Amino acid sequence: MRDVSIIGIGQVEVGEHWDKSLRELGYYALNAAMRDARIQHIDSLYVGNMLAGELTGQEHIGSIIADFAGLRGIEAVKVEAACGSGAAALRMGYVAVAGGLSDIVAVMGVEKMTDRQGNTVTSALAMAADGDYEALHGLSFVSINALLMRRYMHEHGYSKDDFAPFAINAHANAVNNPYAMFHSPITQKQFTESKMIADPVSLLDSSPIADGAACVILAPTAIAKEFSEKPVRVRASAIATDSVAVHDRRDPLFLEGGAISAQKAYSMAGIGPADIDLFEVHDAFTIMSALSLEAAGFAPRGKGVALAQEGQITRGGRIPITTMGGLKARGHPVGATGMYQIVELATQLRGEAGKNQIANARLGMAQNIGGSGATVVTTILESGN
Amino acid sequence: MALMKPVRSVGIVGYGAYVPRYRLASAEIGELWTDGNAITPVKQKSVPGLDEDVATMSIEAARNALRRATGVAPDKLGAVWVGSESHPYAVKPTSTIVAEALGATPHTQAADWQFACKAGTEALQAAIGFVGSGMSDYALAIGMDAAQGRPGDALEYTAGAGGAAFLVGPAESAIAEFEGSVSYVTDTPDFWRRQHERFPEHSGRFTGEPAYFHHITSAARELLDQTGLHPADFRYAIFHQPNAKFPLKVGEDLGFTRAQIEPGLLVNEIGNTYAGSSMIGLTAVLDIAAPGDRILLVSFGSGAGSDAFSIRMKETVDHHGAPATRDYVRRSLMINYATYSRFKENYKLN
Amino acid sequence: MEVARFWRTTGQRYQLTGEVCPNCGNKIFPPRDVCPACEHEAKTPYTFSGKGEVYSYSTIHAAPEGFEKYVPYTVALVRLEEGPLITAQLTDVDTKDVKVGMPVEMVTRVLREDGERGMLVYGYKFRPVLAGPR
Ligand SMILES: [Zn+2]
Repeated sequence: MRDVSIIGIGQVEVGEHWDKSLRELGYYALNAAMRDARIQHIDSLYVGNMLAGELTGQEHIGSIIADFAGLRGIEAVKVEAACGSGAAALRMGYVAVAGGLSDIVAVMGVEKMTDRQGNTVTSALAMAADGDYEALHGLSFVSINALLMRRYMHEHGYSKDDFAPFAINAHANAVNNPYAMFHSPITQKQFTESKMIADPVSLLDSSPIADGAACVILAPTAIAKEFSEKPVRVRASAIATDSVAVHDRRDPLFLEGGAISAQKAYSMAGIGPADIDLFEVHDAFTIMSALSLEAAGFAPRGKGVALAQEGQITRGGRIPITTMGGLKARGHPVGATGMYQIVELATQLRGEAGKNQIANARLGMAQNIGGSGATVVTTILESGN
Repeated sequence: MALMKPVRSVGIVGYGAYVPRYRLASAEIGELWTDGNAITPVKQKSVPGLDEDVATMSIEAARNALRRATGVAPDKLGAVWVGSESHPYAVKPTSTIVAEALGATPHTQAADWQFACKAGTEALQAAIGFVGSGMSDYALAIGMDAAQGRPGDALEYTAGAGGAAFLVGPAESAIAEFEGSVSYVTDTPDFWRRQHERFPEHSGRFTGEPAYFHHITSAARELLDQTGLHPADFRYAIFHQPNAKFPLKVGEDLGFTRAQIEPGLLVNEIGNTYAGSSMIGLTAVLDIAAPGDRILLVSFGSGAGSDAFSIRMKETVDHHGAPATRDYVRRSLMINYATYSRFKENYKLN
Repeated sequence: MEVARFWRTTGQRYQLTGEVCPNCGNKIFPPRDVCPACEHEAKTPYTFSGKGEVYSYSTIHAAPEGFEKYVPYTVALVRLEEGPLITAQLTDVDTKDVKVGMPVEMVTRVLREDGERGMLVYGYKFRPVLAGPR
């Protein structure tokens, strides 16, 4: 197996791109990543995407984007694992390069959500849940997270306000991220007064859906320096699954898929949570941050929120999370989100995170979660410097 | 000659009621359409929730009936019959939905009955014959409605929702036995709803004397004549209850007292439940009747006809946790006219 | 909703029919043919009592397509007395009165309808236990 590195990164601002189509968004991110790697050609393109068919009426987007980018003829496929599609695509690209079947591979996450509105999007997102046993009963994706959050509060004795540090930290970090959707910090008071969406989940517990695309170029580490002064090594990429429906989990408050994929990743990299310098969590909702921190071994069961309350998740804390704004404030273009996490980790590990730079960051981890935990992709990257 | 008795004795093996949770006060309707000047025929009426219809209400009433009928497995039901004038589908049986939910399928005789407010007792008459002839040991007869009244029309004050289910079986295992019954029908157009119309039409005061009173008294008198019974022989009497006044008046005409009628009179609390109206009166009485008590049940359905039954209580009822009729009547949440309009889907969302 | 999809899951939705594992006795809902506890094949039908208690709940204000007219409505995870958790709506109750641990019972209600011409989809919901005479 070959060692794999990221030799180029590219992204478009997360937001409402009324004037851009899915293929354009994808192309811009791909083009930016290829320019960053100073390459004209790639062997393969893996496109992480969840809802192109449902929200844009277009499937078969691997070929669409490859052709639009002037790369007609290359291998290109879509990878789908709900909101975990982005990092799942990375895993496929990683496998291709590590296995020696491809040398230069682009991995992209792209989502175009703003062509459709309101309950059409609500219904589409609910497809990440169990169609026959959750969505059929009228559950929205938000409400499934609300069920988890309520039970978490009940079992571990937290109030809703206790979750505020996750949102506050994400917004504070997004201020300095030019690609983020929001650039305004929020206060505890704003969090407390935020509009309720699905009790106990309020607006400021939730990440905003948006359009976006992010892309990396992978190559064997052996040749990475030919393309980049600062290649970032992929130390681990691991996917694990759990039941799609929350009610089928052995313990709904424990992300078993998160724990398994983290364990796989730690063992691939030969490290443990204590070695990780920053952690991009899948904070689609504040409760997911807590559950992810616990599953990945950064906090004991029920202590994920306490960790945040103690200030340990900020840039100066023990385990900085959502360092560029996270899903909450960078925005959550669902199938693209996992690749934004990877691009942001690479930015940090290249030392290019500006005001948000985590000092001496060497090992960064991301957890990209599909659905409410049915697919969890853990990626560990290492600075090549 | 008109008295009907099956060749083998049959009775009520189990029964169950259902009334939705919501209530609309007549005063609320009167305030809207008459500046509060309406003479309100009832105090309030029951209103089904957005997720309720005749199928769901029938299922719950039938489940209650099966709970009281210990030992009767659902697959023993030879018939599942639902009488209603508000079947959820114009074409597609309510009864198969109910039978499936009870676990009575596939070997059962499922059918929907339609005879305005008499549809439920029509199914009951047929069930007596079905079991009484030996075609099956058990038949389920349900009378249930989610009644419609045109906004502002007199019917809107009373058109309620609810009804009852009766599990008819051999008299040996019954809590109450059918002593005999009578049907009396004529072509009397006092009330109707044409195909594809949403609300029924009615003939105003014509619905009283030539329709309601004539058919109920004729059926009841025939039953009393044929059985040789007198009003005093009955502990309870239940007449179709379209409003609070008619059943008391028709009872008085026939020689029954308020004390006999009031235990089964629910219309003031839940409105007119149409095909369920007299049948849920019967479940309220069965909840309190003692062995030996005799009960008169007379329905009325527009168009028009009445079924009259003489029922003799045999056993004390074992409820097995099934809610009593009055439990449903007491479970009530008052709503305003705006919420009512929403529940009735009078607001178009798309 | 797709007609065939509706039809093939009728027993589960109308009656709460799941499965019991012939190997370890585990009660399974929704039916999945393989016991999640012991991985033995489990195809023996088992009809649940419908009794349970609220494990968690929330209220939906922004509904998915097909559920718009019901908002706000309450959804819940219910722990059935036989063991499994189940996702369903609560009905005949105001959210402010719902508590974790509240006893509930299954009722069959309309889950949704496919417009004015389409099919009515019936299925399980839960409501506060309506106790009968003792
Ligand atoms: Zn087992």
